[in-house]
Amino acid sequence: MTKQTQMSEQTLVRMVAKMTIPFISMLGLYIILHGELGPGGGFQGGVVVAAALILYGLVFGADELRRHIPVALLDACMALGALLYAGTGLASLLAGGNFLDYGMLMPHSAGDGEALGMTLVEYGVGITVSSVMTTIYLMISERRTTLRPGEEGL
Amino acid sequence: MLEEILTLDVFLLILVAATAVAVIQVDCLFSATILAGIYSLLMAVVWTNMHALDVAFTEASVGAGISTVLLLGALVLCGRFAKREQPVHWPGLLVCTLTGAMLIYGTLDMPKFGDPDAPIHTLRVPGMIRQDIGKHHTAAPRTQQAKHEADASGKHHPQDDYNGHVPNTVTTLLAAYRGYDTMFETTVIFVAGVSMLLLLRRRREGELGVPVSNPSHRKPDDLADGRSAS
Repeated sequence: MTKQTQMSEQTLVRMVAKMTIPFISMLGLYIILHGELGPGGGFQGGVVVAAALILYGLVFGADELRRHIPVALLDACMALGALLYAGTGLASLLAGGNFLDYGMLMPHSAGDGEALGMTLVEYGVGITVSSVMTTIYLMISERRTTLRPGEEGL
Repeated sequence: MLEEILTLDVFLLILVAATAVAVIQVDCLFSATILAGIYSLLMAVVWTNMHALDVAFTEASVGAGISTVLLLGALVLCGRFAKREQPVHWPGLLVCTLTGAMLIYGTLDMPKFGDPDAPIHTLRVPGMIRQDIGKHHTAAPRTQQAKHEADASGKHHPQDDYNGHVPNTVTTLLAAYRGYDTMFETTVIFVAGVSMLLLLRRRREGELGVPVSNPSHRKPDDLADGRSAS
């Protein structure tokens, strides 16, 4: 049973995954970082990054994914992204503008402030989306509702 | 020129409709999942054909990528074949037809596809593409005294209730013009993740409220056991 379902024992699947995962995650980061210049943005890029992580989890097993990306880090990133978004809004509020009034981040060149604010906001969306998507995959792929004594992981 | 695009659109939409019917008709849930992914990919091509690249991106990554994977993950837990149902559910068909007719009726008021006089081409968006919204000489040096609100003389800056200065108009719309909207979308995603954690996170047996399972009742084909034993 275990032998048949373990995908990492199939050479072809393992090699293709190992070859494509770096490119997929690089594409995802590119989409997040260039969201204000080209098509895409935080949401799409975050999903692509999550797709790379999920592919790794599918092929090598969710436990292996959890070993490389600690669950605590995913949990923290979910909140961190949303916090970065709201924090950007709060920063412009503290700088004297309205909430999410990005121009006030750089009052002397409003255009640059707008670009900076939108970029930060996109990063926030990307961080949240990628970690939430990965978490949803990890939660759905569980087969049992409890951890037995002696098992590791969260 | 227009006919080529129209031909491609009609061809793609026929494929989309055929895929959608196939998703409903197929009994094997695995095939239905893959067909749903194909549906999303076709829709992504349709959006690309309409020059809506950001929508196409989202459709391809979310519709064809993530939701296919999540559906497959659900399939592992719930079995591969659908239960036989009665072929046509008449009340459901009636509701669907009525809703579809209402939606089509709603599109009658919309401007024709590609109409150059449509509001989307004349109102605001040209300024956003030229990126001169908010770049009026009175708006450029934004100081504490020159905020978005009307100043002491009661004058607003020219049409700058928001400013957009990034080349991607869609990002400008989402992050600046609809900044609150996007923020709470992010919050919704965050809440979705938190609810997944609250509902499905595995808790250690023996913790408060978690009973310890009896080893003799455990299934032998449990994958997690096989992994932890190896």
